[in-house]
Amino acid sequence: MEEVDVEPTTTPIPGFDSNQKHLGFVWGPGDILVYETIYKASGGSAGGCPFVHEVRKDEDIYSPILRKLFNESHHIFVGLQRIREDLPSKNKKPQFVSISKNYRSVIRACMEELQQVAVSTQDAALATQYGNQVSILLAVELIWNLCEVLFIDAAPAGSLVLHLLDWVRLHKADVDEKAREVLASESPAEHQAYWDVVISYVLQGRMDEARQVLVKQAALQPAARVMFKLLDNLLMKMPIFNPGETQTLTEFDVKWRHWREEVDHCLQDQSFASNRHLEDICKILVGDEDVLLEYKELLSTWYHFLVTRLLFSHPTVKPTELHYYAQSSMHMFLDTRSVPEPLDSILLAAFEFDIHQVIKDCSIALNNWWFVGHLTDLLDHCKLLQSHNLHFGSNLREFLLLEYASGLFTHHSLWQLAVDYFDHCPEFGRVYLELQIERVPLDTERKALKVIRICEQRQMTEQVRSICKIMAKKALRNNRLGSALSWSIRAKDAAFATLISERFLQDYCAKGTFSDLDLIDNLGPAMLLSDRLTFLGKYREFHRLYGEKRFSDAAKLLLSLMTAKIAPHSFWMTLLTDALPLLEQKEVIFSADQTHELMFCLEELTSGKSVPTPDRPMQDEDIETTKIELLRLALARNLAMAIVKEGTVEV
Amino acid sequence: MEGINAKYVSKKISKTRWRPVSSSSLQQPDIFATGSWDNEDNSISIWSIGENGVSSMGDEFEGDPQLLCEYKHNGDVLDLQFLDQDRIVTASSTGAVTIFRHHHNSQTLSVSQLWERAHHYPCNNAPCTGVVCNSPEIVTVGEDGRIMLFRADQEGVLRTIEKADSSAIHAVTFLRTTEILTVNSIGQLKLWDFRQPGNEPSQILSLGGASRTGDRVPLHCVDRHPNQQHIVATGGQDGMLCIWDVRQGNMPISLMEAHTSEMWEVHFHPSNPGHLFSCSEDGSLLHWETSSNTDTPSFLQGGRNTSIISRSAIAPTGGNQSLINAWLTGDSSKGHLETTHMLPSQMLSVNSLDVLGQCLVCGTDGEAIYVNRHVPI
Repeated sequence: MEEVDVEPTTTPIPGFDSNQKHLGFVWGPGDILVYETIYKASGGSAGGCPFVHEVRKDEDIYSPILRKLFNESHHIFVGLQRIREDLPSKNKKPQFVSISKNYRSVIRACMEELQQVAVSTQDAALATQYGNQVSILLAVELIWNLCEVLFIDAAPAGSLVLHLLDWVRLHKADVDEKAREVLASESPAEHQAYWDVVISYVLQGRMDEARQVLVKQAALQPAARVMFKLLDNLLMKMPIFNPGETQTLTEFDVKWRHWREEVDHCLQDQSFASNRHLEDICKILVGDEDVLLEYKELLSTWYHFLVTRLLFSHPTVKPTELHYYAQSSMHMFLDTRSVPEPLDSILLAAFEFDIHQVIKDCSIALNNWWFVGHLTDLLDHCKLLQSHNLHFGSNLREFLLLEYASGLFTHHSLWQLAVDYFDHCPEFGRVYLELQIERVPLDTERKALKVIRICEQRQMTEQVRSICKIMAKKALRNNRLGSALSWSIRAKDAAFATLISERFLQDYCAKGTFSDLDLIDNLGPAMLLSDRLTFLGKYREFHRLYGEKRFSDAAKLLLSLMTAKIAPHSFWMTLLTDALPLLEQKEVIFSADQTHELMFCLEELTSGKSVPTPDRPMQDEDIETTKIELLRLALARNLAMAIVKEGTVEV
Repeated sequence: MEGINAKYVSKKISKTRWRPVSSSSLQQPDIFATGSWDNEDNSISIWSIGENGVSSMGDEFEGDPQLLCEYKHNGDVLDLQFLDQDRIVTASSTGAVTIFRHHHNSQTLSVSQLWERAHHYPCNNAPCTGVVCNSPEIVTVGEDGRIMLFRADQEGVLRTIEKADSSAIHAVTFLRTTEILTVNSIGQLKLWDFRQPGNEPSQILSLGGASRTGDRVPLHCVDRHPNQQHIVATGGQDGMLCIWDVRQGNMPISLMEAHTSEMWEVHFHPSNPGHLFSCSEDGSLLHWETSSNTDTPSFLQGGRNTSIISRSAIAPTGGNQSLINAWLTGDSSKGHLETTHMLPSQMLSVNSLDVLGQCLVCGTDGEAIYVNRHVPI
């Protein structure tokens, strides 16, 4: 058995004592159903608990704000799948980066909205819940951004530090807020947070902003003007790699070393000895780790420390060397006794370029598959996951997407989004969709039509049939024969169409009129779906012809219904009875030949059941006999008339 | 596609409707209502895109709809119409027909009238699929094949046409004050005249073999030309746009390829009927434009209630002959008709649209509302 990565969490079931009772459970796609079982070693039954509990891991899917995340990212996801495979990878990279940024901006938008409602809500518990969601999204965005820099954009040495700086600046934006507060105060230079702001700017490599704030202090201390001027000069001259320019990395490195020597000189000269703050800044500029660690509060995280350290000590660090600095930074920064949080180990794994560890740790730490699913999909498109094979399912991307989509499908409304995710899982997506789509509850025809459209677009004929059948059954239960017939025609379900046609004919026999004429008169080619339906349509046609007094056409059709064996035997008597009024017309309608055929039909019908069935009441039998007598008489008379008519030569 | 913003609302939108503006003013609409479907808790919502909404937050948010108020709705909102400036009628999947009142001062909604189980089967509820208003009259249709006539402020049912259809009726529109037109799931249009007793339609038109596949194509939407009441547009399962002249024959006058899936709604522009809009399950929203040079007269007539035009339409004079025929001869192959996609490519169904003045609003299964305030009319 495989070892467990983390201890599973325990979910207490309310009103259940695990010492005395036993639990049974069933897996669902996104949840499990838990119920009490009556299991006793010694037999005998106790009154069980009547409740079934639904245990769900993912609550986010029910948050109205996070729903926007699911909807918007669905759009981006489908866009990503449409990027053409055959494009050279060089052209694709900017597209992937922009898609990654789109995902992040959706996360940011969600986060901002959550923040707003968290502030405005009166309910403390709700505010905490929103707050938690915000912090989860913050972490998710932080990880995604780092993955974007390291894996998707794959910045080379030089640009790498710049990208990491952007990353840190974006997620440590409280500096700007503090700076605004300081600058807005009456005398900024005397504000207690003044030096915090200056140093924070320096730590983030924002030299121009740091200089602007420093000017305030310089103006206050005219005596130290030279010293301030010197630092200002150093900050201004700090070389920053510019990937757009023609400058090579080596050229930059030479320039940077030169500048650093200059800063070193200043330190050795004790140029800033009279001002502790300025001296600290200078020490930061040479990457003095002890001084950096003194400003732990301002750095607040080990990865900020890492990036600042890289900026001032190793600005041309290569991606492959990152892991070394990351590990050491983490150890230096974090208390040796404290255990790193999940976020720390995820980021560390990213710095170590261990993509699978990142995905695995995220899967464990987060309670839904949205993040890992989408990130893995994007990384897979960047061809970064090919080497890895799972010993279950198809591959990591598909596995995670299937999990995510299955979760969506359990939602009463978001199931529609899941369809596109299944579509882009080549191996098992279709099977999942086939199984899930049939189980969508159908309240209205409109919803049924939408589900059917999804199936038809994917040539899932079996599911279309089954959904139409469900709808047909429903209509039948509500006594809506017309609707039921329409649905079974759409399903091309001959057996069910036969069944409904029977119902129509029974209704006709009972009431003497047809219902739902608008439908039956307009069957068109659909009539051929089943023999019984054809008969129904044709029989109705006979009535129409008769109503329109087109007697000979009607007679021909009636006869053909029997001779061509379209009419079921059980219905022949009705048909023959229908022929009676035609036989009784003054005009001869049935020819001699046709009358013969009618007689054959009658004989065929009566010869089979000469012995009266015992369970049939005598009265019915009497009516039946009278009917046959009447028919025979009419047939004979008609035959006579027809022979006379046909034998008469018009002169 | 410029000037069209998406607003994600965390509910699948089944219906969107502008609040009518007084026909005398040239004012643009600024309030619309939406209905949701397939959610555990459905609702109807009132939105504002005007400056007099909740707040205007600079240019960036210009036209971003602001939620004014919301009210729980039992069942899916299958149709929604404004009865007047402050009353909204909804059709529910539970079979209920509800009139909501929008209180402008307090920005709240309340139920002012409710007909529960207006549509029903012997035992179960039957979804009410469509509603149309001609204040104070309200006509509803349902999957139960019934047509019901109500009057706002009257509790009872004015008229029921039982077994109006053997299959589900999907949509309804007024032709004249006493005549309505319904479309059903077997490709038929039925005309009903409330002056006549009995349960028989006065006319049946059928798509029949005119459809793409020769099958009976379910029709989902119908709209009447605002000035010429005999011209009707329908859309159905195959996504084709059909234009009918109910006076002539029982076949559509023209059939045009439009969408690849179900067309859920079709609307003539109310004051400029040379333009038509349709939306579909395939996620597209189309703007149709007849390049008829006689658009100006109809535009000048303005408004929905131009009885003069309708009379002249019945006995056409030479002058506006071409205007009348603009849609009837509509044929994209001859270049009379131009179509434009109005939404960026998106995948999920556009369930509803409404257009009034230069403003268009539509709602999707992607839980987004799109508003365009500069429709080129």
